[in-house]
Amino acid sequence: MGQALREQGRTEVSDETSGSGPAPDPVIQTTGIGGQDVTADGTAETAAGEAFLSARALSKSFGQFQALKSIDLDVNRGEFVCFLGPSGCGKTTLLRAIAGLDRQDSGTIRMGGRDVSQAPPSERDFGIVFQSYALFPNLTIADNVGYGLVNQRRPKAEIAARVNELLSLVGLKEQGVKYPVQLSGGQQQRVALARALATSPGLLLLDEPLSALDAQVRLRLREEIRSVQKRLGVTTIMVTHDQEEALSMAERIVVMNHGVIEQVGSPEDIYRKPASAFVAEFIGRISFLPGIARGPDAVEIDGRRFACKVPAAFAPGAPVLVGLRPEAVRVRGVTGKEGNALSVRIADLEFLGPYCRAMLVEDGGAALELLADFSANLIGDLGLYEGKVIPVELPAEALRVFPARSAP
Amino acid sequence: MTLAAHAPPARRISEARVAGLLLGVLVALLLVIIALPLWALLSKSVQNADGGFVGLKNFITYFSTPSLVTALTNSLFVALLTTLIVVPLAFLFAYALTRSCMPGKGLFTALALLPIFAPSLLSAISLIYIFGNQGFLKSLLMGRDIYGAIGIVFAQCCYCFPHAVMIIATALRMADGRLYEVADALGTTPTRVFLTVTLPGARYGLISAAFVVFTLVITDFGIPKVIGGQFNVLATDAYKQIVGQQNFEMGAVVGLILLAPAVLAFAVDRHIQKRQVALLSARAVPYEPKPKAGRDMALLAFCAAIGLILAGMLGMAVWASFIQYWPYNLTLSLKHYDFAEYEPGGWGPYLTSLKMAGLVAIIGTGLILIGAYLIEKTKGSLILRGFAHLLAMLPMAVPGLVLGLGYVFFVNAKWNPLNIFYGTLTVLVVNTIAHFYTVAHITATTALKQIDTEFESVSASLKVPFWVTFRRVTVPITLPAILDIAVYMFVNALTTISAVVFLYGPGTKLASIAIVHMDEAGATAAAAAMATCIVLTAIAAKLMHLLLDRFVLGHLQRWRKR
Repeated sequence: MGQALREQGRTEVSDETSGSGPAPDPVIQTTGIGGQDVTADGTAETAAGEAFLSARALSKSFGQFQALKSIDLDVNRGEFVCFLGPSGCGKTTLLRAIAGLDRQDSGTIRMGGRDVSQAPPSERDFGIVFQSYALFPNLTIADNVGYGLVNQRRPKAEIAARVNELLSLVGLKEQGVKYPVQLSGGQQQRVALARALATSPGLLLLDEPLSALDAQVRLRLREEIRSVQKRLGVTTIMVTHDQEEALSMAERIVVMNHGVIEQVGSPEDIYRKPASAFVAEFIGRISFLPGIARGPDAVEIDGRRFACKVPAAFAPGAPVLVGLRPEAVRVRGVTGKEGNALSVRIADLEFLGPYCRAMLVEDGGAALELLADFSANLIGDLGLYEGKVIPVELPAEALRVFPARSAP
Repeated sequence: MTLAAHAPPARRISEARVAGLLLGVLVALLLVIIALPLWALLSKSVQNADGGFVGLKNFITYFSTPSLVTALTNSLFVALLTTLIVVPLAFLFAYALTRSCMPGKGLFTALALLPIFAPSLLSAISLIYIFGNQGFLKSLLMGRDIYGAIGIVFAQCCYCFPHAVMIIATALRMADGRLYEVADALGTTPTRVFLTVTLPGARYGLISAAFVVFTLVITDFGIPKVIGGQFNVLATDAYKQIVGQQNFEMGAVVGLILLAPAVLAFAVDRHIQKRQVALLSARAVPYEPKPKAGRDMALLAFCAAIGLILAGMLGMAVWASFIQYWPYNLTLSLKHYDFAEYEPGGWGPYLTSLKMAGLVAIIGTGLILIGAYLIEKTKGSLILRGFAHLLAMLPMAVPGLVLGLGYVFFVNAKWNPLNIFYGTLTVLVVNTIAHFYTVAHITATTALKQIDTEFESVSASLKVPFWVTFRRVTVPITLPAILDIAVYMFVNALTTISAVVFLYGPGTKLASIAIVHMDEAGATAAAAAMATCIVLTAIAAKLMHLLLDRFVLGHLQRWRKR
C-alpha cells in the first residue's frame, strides 16, 4: 500500500514538474557555497537553465517601514528553501509576496517561466500552510483536504481516492470523517499540509507551520514534512524564525534581516562560513574578538598575532571582528606552544547536560573573553574546573573575520 | 495588461474584479439608502418651500416662534428628567445582575429586556389605563393629570430601561477580580471599594447609558403622541409640521435639532469605547461575586419591584385589550381584536407589519452580512472599504425620526426617479433596514473578525473563488450571528414607529401606525389589542430564535464540539 502510494505520489510529481525526475537532486547553487562569494543581497546566478522561482528587485513598504528592500532570489525546482530571520526581518512579507497575498510595491516574480508579478493568488500555482492551520472548522477532514479538488469539478470517486491517498501520506488515513476540532494541533497541521498538496501545486509555501506546536510534536512533524516533500519532490519554501528548524530541514537557507537577504547557502555553509556577523550570531553561538587585520594570513588580537585567513576586502590595519564557534576551541593535546595558542582561565562553567559551556578569560588580562563547549569526557580527562588556567588553541581554519561594527 | 497575456486560459472571472464590483454596488446602495436621505434633510433645512436657498432663515423663524421653542425646552426637560431617573435605577439593577448572588438572575434579565419587544407607546397606553381619567390609581397623582410631562417621563423610563441596563451591565461585567482581592487584602471598607473601584470601572458605561437614554427620549415619537396631551415636544412637533401642515422646511429644522444630541452621543460613545478597551487587560481575572445575605436580599427586593412594574406596564395593556368595557364591565372579551370595527384596514396593518418585518429580516440580514464580508474579508480598495464602513456606522448616530424625515424629503423630491416608491412597502423595508443597519453591521463584523483571516488566502491558493468559501465556510460558521441579526431586525421592524410614520401609504399602513391612529380616534382598547399582537409576535420570534439556537443549530453545528 505504502509502495503504491509512493508511486502515485511520484507520478503526480513528474506530471507537475514535467520531467525533472522524481528523485529531486537539488542543484545547490555554486554561488551559495563559497560563503564569501555571496554578495550581500544574496543574488545568485543560476548555473543551468532558469530557476523555478525567481524574484527580482522586490520591494515593499508598510507606511514608513520598509519590509523588503530590493530582494533578488532564485529557487530551483524541487528544492527545500527556508527563509530564516528574526521577527520583522521581512521573511513572511517575502513569502506573501511570492504567494500574491500581499502584492509587492515594485519588482518582478517569475514562477515556472511565467511572469506572475501582478497575478492574483488564484492564478499562481502554490499550496500554503499557515501557523494557525486555517482549517475550515465546519467541514470534515476529508472535505477540508478535498476543498480545492471539488472546485476543479473532478468526479466524486476521483476526489475521494485522492483525499484518501493524501490522508495516508500524512498518516491520518482513518480520520477523514472527523472535524478539525477533534484533532490535536499536530494532526490539524498534517491535514493543512495534505490540503495544500491536494491540487498538486508546483510550489509549497509553509508559513511558520510548526510554531504553534509543542516541542515534541514539532520535532516529529519536522521530519514528516521533510519526508513528504522529498517523496513528492515539490519545490518548497518555509518561513521560520527557529534556526534549528531551518538547519535540520532546509537544503538552502535564506537568512534575512531588516528587509535584506544577509546570506543564501546550505545549512553547513551558513553555519561554518557565515557571510556576516549578524548571520554568525543569529545561527548558533559565536564569540567575537575585536582585532586588526594584518595582511592576508593574520590578525592582531589584543596585541598578539593569530594566523587566520583574512579576505582581501580587509586592508591591513583595518579594524575587524574575529569570530569563533564555542565548539571549535581546541583543548585536548594543546601544549601552549602552537601558533594560535592562548592561555586562558575558566571563569565560569555552565552545565547544559551533555556538555558544559565555559566562559574563558585570557590569563593575565580581562580584555579577551570567549565561549567554549567542553564535553563531560573532556572535563573528566583534563580535570577542568572553574578558575583553572589552561592553554587552548584557536584553530586558524575556524577563525572567521568580519568587519568591525561601527560605533553605535 | 501583462496579466492577460500570461494568465492561464482556465481562469474565467477575475475574483478581484467581482469583489470590486460588489463593493462598488454596496457603496452606491448605502449612499442611496443612508447618505442621500440625510443630505436631503440637511439641504431642506436651508431651503424655502420652492427649493430656493435661504441660508439659516428657517432656523431663525424656528427660534423666534414661541410655541416651537417651548417644544424644544419641553423635550430637553423630559429627556433630562428621564435620564436622571433611569440611569441610577438601571445601575442598581445591573449591579444586582452582575455583582450579587441574588437568585433569579435569568428571570430578572428577561424582565428587564421585556420593553424591547413592544412599541414604545405600549407603556403609555398602560399608563392611561392605570392613571388616566378612568384609571384605578388616578388618586395617587393627587389631582395631577397623567397626560403631559409626568406620563411621558414615566413611560419613557420603562421604554429606555432595557437599553440602560444592557449598557451598564456590560461595563460592570468587565471588572478585574484582582482589584477587589487587592482592596480586600488592604482592608478597604466596602463603601470605599465601591467608590474607588466599582464606580470608576463603570464610569464609561454610565456616561454612555446616559447619552443613549437622553437620545432615545428626545427622539421618541410614540409615547408623547399617546400620552403627551397638550405637552408639545420636538418629535410630535416634527410630525405636526410634516403630516399636519405640510411645512417641510420647519420639519427639517426640527429634524436637525433632533440630530444634534444623537450625534453628540455617538461621538462620546466612540471616544469612550476607545478608552474602555484599556480597562481590562488580557491577564485580568473575571470578578466572581460572593454571597452576602443582606445585600442580596435588598437587591432582590429592588429588582422584584422594578420587574413587577415593567411586567405590569406590559401586562396592563394586554389585560385591558381583553376587557369588555373599561372600567365598567370587566368581563373578558375578544371584541377589541375585531380591528375592522376601529380601523378601515382591519387586520391588514398587522399582516403588512409581518410582511415588512419578514422582508427586513431576510433582505436586511443578507445585505448586511454580505456588506460586512466585503468590507472585512475582501482585498479591494482600502478607501472604498473604509467609506462603506463609515456609511454603515452612520445610522447609529441618526434617530429613526430623523431618518424618516430624510426619507420623506428624499423620496418625495421631484427630481428623484425613486419617488414612484413613496408610500410603498419597498420604501418602508429599505428605510427600516437603513434605520437598524449599524447594530446588525457591528454584530456581523464582530462575528467575521473571529474567523481566521487566512481562510481567504487558503481558498485563493486552492483556486477556490471567495464566494464559494463565503457559502461553504463563512455562512455556516456565522450562522448563530446571522440568526441574531435576523431576529433583531425582525423585532425592531415590528415595533418601530418613528421613521415609518412619515412613509406609509394607503395600502401599507403598519400595525404600529394603526395603534397611533386607533388611539387618536379614542379606541384605546383596540390600540392596546394591536400592541398586544405585536408584543406577542416579537416575543414568539425571540422564543423561536432561542429554540432554534438550542436544538437546530446544536445539531447543525456538531463541528463545534470536541
